[in-house]
Amino acid sequence: VPPPSVPAMLSLDFLDDVRRMNKRQLYYQVLNFGMIVSSALMIWKGLMVVTGSESPIVVVLSGSMEPAFHRGDLLFLTNRIEDPIRVGEIVVFRIEGREIPIVHRVLKIHEKQNGDIKFLTKGDNNAVDDRGLYKRGQHWLEKKDVVGRARGFVPYIGIVTILMNDYPKFKYAVLFLLGLFVLVHRE
Amino acid sequence: LRKNVEDFTGPRERSDLGFVTFDITADILNGKNGLRTIFDWNVKQLFLYLSAEYSTKNNALNQVVLWDKILLRGDNPRLFLKDMKSKYFFFDDGNGLKGNRNVTLTLSWNVVPNAGILPLVTGSGHVSVPFPDTYETTKSY
Repeated sequence: VPPPSVPAMLSLDFLDDVRRMNKRQLYYQVLNFGMIVSSALMIWKGLMVVTGSESPIVVVLSGSMEPAFHRGDLLFLTNRIEDPIRVGEIVVFRIEGREIPIVHRVLKIHEKQNGDIKFLTKGDNNAVDDRGLYKRGQHWLEKKDVVGRARGFVPYIGIVTILMNDYPKFKYAVLFLLGLFVLVHRE
Repeated sequence: LRKNVEDFTGPRERSDLGFVTFDITADILNGKNGLRTIFDWNVKQLFLYLSAEYSTKNNALNQVVLWDKILLRGDNPRLFLKDMKSKYFFFDDGNGLKGNRNVTLTLSWNVVPNAGILPLVTGSGHVSVPFPDTYETTKSY
């Protein structure tokens, strides 16, 4: 009798492991999984508190800041109220009523004595400023539109999020594999 | 780091529009190492910008970027630019440029690393540009 092929052997082992786990072990693994998810959420919330931003890490979605940032780069933001907005800074902002945040550079600011500030932005790679992108009748951005200021970045890593967004099947595959790994991992 | 400028202003509807021409002589170095060039292994590019900063009756602080340039790794960090015109319209929010003696031009840059922190550095040396009390009416630009 020829020996079973290697992939068949691996899948048999895997099924045996699952069958061998009694109910207690399964519950334990599920709790483990829950703990990992909770810890991840806590770290994320902690980042939100420390940076003051509702979205402390964002992925660059367009090429409007090339050659500095490309689609898929990851940006680390802070949004501390004490930090004044000044020209040259890279801000991530949302236009009222739109979900997608935009990453561009501050081109002009006009700040009043009491701290009220209005400012204009422009993408490094765009020929014109962002007035055309703002809401109808809106000429300036204000502090409330800002999600955060870019303080640091890491290239390429965000491509995974873009892929997961554009190809939902890929997202489900990744989540499924992660879930499987955690449930079956013996620790 | 030195700049020389001339200037005129023109009124546009309700807001002052300033025109500035300038020269830039600059040598961008890594602050920590004195003579060493700023383009080390982790510097991908420099985003340079010339900004004008001033105060008006309407606004306590105004900053306007007049000109910018991207310097990629490999480009010369020494600049000798003459008779440059501003890239962007220098509009004030109101009429605060007329007669404003205290408009300061500074050269700054954003260091974009291959990965890591994005610092903003201001160059040493800045120039004050006083705007005249009257508007120029016939100036082709």
